[in-house]
Amino acid sequence: MMSETAQGTEENVMTIDDAKAPTGDHGITARDLDIYYGDFLAVRKVNMAIEPRSITALIGPSGCGKSTFLRSLNRMHEVIPRARVDGTVLLDGEDIYGPGVDPVVIRRKIGMVFQRPNPFPTMSIAENVLAGMRLNAKRLSRSAADDIVEKSLRGANLWDEVKNRLDQPGSGLSGGQQQRLCIARAIAVEPEVLLMDEPCSALDPISTMAVESLMLELKSDYTIVIVTHNMQQAARVSDRTAFFNIDGTGQPGYVVEMDATEKIFSNPSQQATSDYVTGRFG
Amino acid sequence: MDTATQPAGLIRPLSRSVLPVLVVVALVAAGAFSFAVAGSINIPIVIVVGGVVNLALTYVVSRRAEGHRRAVDRTATSVITTLMVAALVPLLSVLWTALSRGTARFDLELFTETMRSVVGEGGGAKHAIIGTAIITGLASLMAVPIGTFTGIYLVEYSRGGRLARVTTSMVDVMTGIPSIVAGLFAYALFSLIQGPGARSGFAGSVALALLMTPIVVRSTQEMLRLVPNELREASYALGVPKWRTITKVVIPTAVAGLLTGVSLSIARVIGETAPLLVAAGLAQDTNLNPFSGRMTSLPVMSYYGYAAPGFPPEADYERGWSAALLLIVLVLVIFTVSRILARVLRPKGLR
Repeated sequence: MMSETAQGTEENVMTIDDAKAPTGDHGITARDLDIYYGDFLAVRKVNMAIEPRSITALIGPSGCGKSTFLRSLNRMHEVIPRARVDGTVLLDGEDIYGPGVDPVVIRRKIGMVFQRPNPFPTMSIAENVLAGMRLNAKRLSRSAADDIVEKSLRGANLWDEVKNRLDQPGSGLSGGQQQRLCIARAIAVEPEVLLMDEPCSALDPISTMAVESLMLELKSDYTIVIVTHNMQQAARVSDRTAFFNIDGTGQPGYVVEMDATEKIFSNPSQQATSDYVTGRFG
Repeated sequence: MDTATQPAGLIRPLSRSVLPVLVVVALVAAGAFSFAVAGSINIPIVIVVGGVVNLALTYVVSRRAEGHRRAVDRTATSVITTLMVAALVPLLSVLWTALSRGTARFDLELFTETMRSVVGEGGGAKHAIIGTAIITGLASLMAVPIGTFTGIYLVEYSRGGRLARVTTSMVDVMTGIPSIVAGLFAYALFSLIQGPGARSGFAGSVALALLMTPIVVRSTQEMLRLVPNELREASYALGVPKWRTITKVVIPTAVAGLLTGVSLSIARVIGETAPLLVAAGLAQDTNLNPFSGRMTSLPVMSYYGYAAPGFPPEADYERGWSAALLLIVLVLVIFTVSRILARVLRPKGLR
């Protein structure tokens, strides 16, 4: 915490005033969020308002804490031993880190898609889509299950490609199809927010296009937060962009600025952002 | 030197007929050596000396024709293949001995008769087969749950705390316990409970469970660590609680490996002789009660057949070998069944 003023640049740290709670539903607000791995402060003092039903992109150089921040939004961060956070994250005005809040319930509301497609190898395509219900031992009638499978796969633009082989293993699909299967699995439980951690970094351009157009469709129903290393992707899909930076190895990452995506990529208010988006570093 | 004049990158390989000629030359040379040293053709000497001569000849010839790199490659390939075959020799020898000597009494009587009132020929291993099944089965009933759950705790729950580190090192120590120590421990324990000199099948299975548990813990740990963390995270991210993630995602993904581990541990203890000699003892008749009275197992019967044969001793020798062969067959059956189960239960995606 001492280091905060030491390596300082206070004006780089967003203040609480920047982070007004969104008025609509399913928005997320982070207040003074410090994220730790053990005693190591990985990300410091994040204040961020994530608009509901829009796409928010998190960009920044490697190791600056974008993914760490993303994982702290649905309490996946604490899955790592000795990892913890300090601060508040509000979902619809309620603190997800509040006392007595069950992380399992939070994760049902805030779904996640990972960098590498990770369908369950023991399950078929249909079972993968239903995993959120089946693993939670939710009873489903045959027809209800079929409906969810079709709706989710259609929602993920995958239905036509797999409708004839729903009982085949999910790992037999291509990488792009697997990733869309994972998105179908995430939206099958009808979350309010969808977190995506570099969802296209393991995919070819065509699959990337498919996932991106899917995201644009999904944003009418879901609040989407995406971490990406691909600045063109952030510019193409997102409505608002947050730029994370880090002052050096072993220093905590922080949010430099957050603004409408157009502004970040054309006329950012911070020099560091301008340097990063024009490719001068990172 | 041909190779020096050839363009770089072009190698003329040795013609196929050269290598057999070298083998013949080496064998003749080794035969002559054997005759000169031992006065006759001694097959082990011929094989060893012939092999060394052939290795040297191949290297020299190949170096002249193909150059240094190819020659080294041929030598390395030969050495590795030879050592692989050398490792197989004792295994095949044991199998062959058990087969050739064990088949004489590998008849129906072996499975239907006990050794009750049998002095010479006849008799069977029924009591020992039942004893082995009871003792190993009880040992598995104790060791598999304890071992599996310990492994699950260490990988999924411990988060590298002190209890986990102590348990892991204790498991390592237990893996190294000589089996006779486990037998003596069980014997001493049951002497305290049931009175001095008490031997029973259950005491034997406690000794075996002591040997099995660390193996099961180890293999469970290894197999669960192979399950990608991404699958656990995918499950957590769907709002699935930890215990369901373990039972529905982690264990099904690793089930083939877990089964293999269990069958390996059974195979490891099913042939244990020393601890059962001490803790379960020898009986001539079937004993179905593991908690009272001595109980014979196949390895113990095999051992006594050789250590204390009756008259004529050949009958005991033959029964001993048959018991040994039966033990090998049992282990093979256990492995085959676990392989089939593993294939059926294997994750569908990983063909």
